[in-house]
Amino acid sequence: MSVQEWTFVMVGVSFALYILIAFKSRAKTTSDFYVAGKSVNPIVNGMATAADWMSAASFLSMAGLIAFLGKDGSVYLMGWTGGYVLLALLLAPYLRKFGQFTVPDFIGERYYSNTARVVAVVCLIFISFTYIAGQMRGVGIVFSRFLEVDIKLGVVIGMGIVFVYAVWGGMKGITYTQVAQYTVLIFAYLVPAVYISIIMTNNPIPQLGFGSTLSNSPEFLLDKLDKVTSDLGFTPYTENAKSKIDIFCITAALMAGTAGLPHVIVRFFTVPSFNAARKSAGYALIFIALLYTTAPAVSAFARMNLIDSIQDKEYSESPQWFRNWEDIGLIAWKDKNSDGLIRYSAGNALEDVKPIYSEERGNSGERTVKNLPDLSNENEVYIDTDIIVLANPEIANLPFWVVALVAAGGVAAALSTAAGLLIAISSAISHDLLKKTIMPEISEKQELFYSRLATAFAIGVAGLFGIYPPAFVAQVVAFAFGLAASTLFPVLLLGIFSKRLNKEGAIAGMLVGLVFTSSYIIYFKFMAPELNTPDNWFLSISPEGIGFVGMILNVVVALIVSSLTAPPPKEVGEMVERIRRP
Amino acid sequence: MDYYWKTNLKILICLLIIWFLVSFGFGILLSDWLDQFKIGGFKLGFWFAQQGSIYVFIILIFTYVYLMERLDKKVSKDEKEKGA
Repeated sequence: MSVQEWTFVMVGVSFALYILIAFKSRAKTTSDFYVAGKSVNPIVNGMATAADWMSAASFLSMAGLIAFLGKDGSVYLMGWTGGYVLLALLLAPYLRKFGQFTVPDFIGERYYSNTARVVAVVCLIFISFTYIAGQMRGVGIVFSRFLEVDIKLGVVIGMGIVFVYAVWGGMKGITYTQVAQYTVLIFAYLVPAVYISIIMTNNPIPQLGFGSTLSNSPEFLLDKLDKVTSDLGFTPYTENAKSKIDIFCITAALMAGTAGLPHVIVRFFTVPSFNAARKSAGYALIFIALLYTTAPAVSAFARMNLIDSIQDKEYSESPQWFRNWEDIGLIAWKDKNSDGLIRYSAGNALEDVKPIYSEERGNSGERTVKNLPDLSNENEVYIDTDIIVLANPEIANLPFWVVALVAAGGVAAALSTAAGLLIAISSAISHDLLKKTIMPEISEKQELFYSRLATAFAIGVAGLFGIYPPAFVAQVVAFAFGLAASTLFPVLLLGIFSKRLNKEGAIAGMLVGLVFTSSYIIYFKFMAPELNTPDNWFLSISPEGIGFVGMILNVVVALIVSSLTAPPPKEVGEMVERIRRP
Repeated sequence: MDYYWKTNLKILICLLIIWFLVSFGFGILLSDWLDQFKIGGFKLGFWFAQQGSIYVFIILIFTYVYLMERLDKKVSKDEKEKGA
């Protein structure tokens, strides 16, 4: 069978499985729909949380990013796992004890204010839609590369599947499909990693393999990689290129952002108790770590393999995957010195970075680009980092079924996260905006109807993002985490650990965090991207790390404003006392 | 109840210090210095940044679960004795 046929089988079987599970676990009450009846076993919830959390970005993009960033890529590894420590120790058990349905719910009650609730809803919707756009791009890439269907059709199929199980099953349906999706995605990630680890280092455990010697020489893999990368003009693989303060701030922003992401927090509302929430965060991190400790190994293998397989080759002799991804438009080659050989080294190959293809073919048969070459360096190859995980099995010449499995895994990762986000959005709309703010008189049955309607609406919007992807998708990931870190995380944390923080403080803090962080990111990413260099940054902190500064501002403003205004009413103090008790 | 919350805070502070040390400490600020030591093919600072910190995070959460379960039990026993 061909790769394409294998992919049809793998993706088809996994889709059938998700629908079957959804059919078996339909939601009957609002509690089922929002929090799966609060009866999910902590291990099952840990697995569902892992799938909820690990998105197309974790599955498809992260290893590729790390492959090109080397040690700087550690910000994602530490940032996206360290947040779970904050979640387990500082937030999850208390928010579970609070016992309501959504994150804005907690903020609304704790700060006795519907204004605070609505500000939280706005932040939540913004964060979640930003995130969904990324998932849809992931589904689109997989479908267009491996099934050769139109991206639009691919997105419509993906949304159709999510529609069935999210609208039908709510949180309950999603929980059990996420367990299935976790199984598919982790298997899809580990199989090729183990394969490649054995080929390159004779060690079947990738986590150990990338610290071992190469199978064909006594040299350590990482030592060789350091040498090769620095010879080609890159920063050596195991050294930092970014400044320490920037790495520190990015890691902190990602950690706090992770702990403040509403669709992740709400997963801990589904377990039966206080203690189960703590345990569940631990299990979630084990399941996540399985992928996150494998990813840097995959990155190192991929970087090594990539250089080996294309460097100084003639285009006609370049590997098949190189030309396949060129056809999709994620690889480009510009023969700067006209020697007919592919030369890959540090720097941008093309002016304006991204290739704009013309219809013609060049002298060696490559797709020609309209961009002028960037003559400040010798690099001739443009590679989109998103392809690394998908291309890796092909680069290492693994069997077709492994390639297909990775495609199914990528789709599972994207769909499971999209579904979690959709529930977070729809419950914020139906529960917080409608039931708690605009029309409190509706019955539970009506609320359930509205939450299904809101889910369907959110899926429609997300589908549009997938079909007409906004050009800014890659840039906005920083946005989602920066905003979660600088708006929701501090008020959740202080809401539990300080009894004195009042509504004026919380609202002022959230608004300052929101305005500061978003204006910094919008300025450097959209208004003046040419100024987006360390010299122009505040304290040389990049837009990716600015959420950490926004978070500190939020806390400072919240505390000062609180101390100048009246303390919260007595009931709030009692509520905080109550959630602190086991 | 005050005892329960204060003990909880103490445990939290200890665990968060370790959390900070392995990630921001060993993985970022002291990472270059640690790189002079090697385990297998890994420079130590690089290993903490890409592997070690994650393993420690898992241990930290389960340590917290264990310590808090013990505290929960102790407090509920004390309360029963007081009640009796």
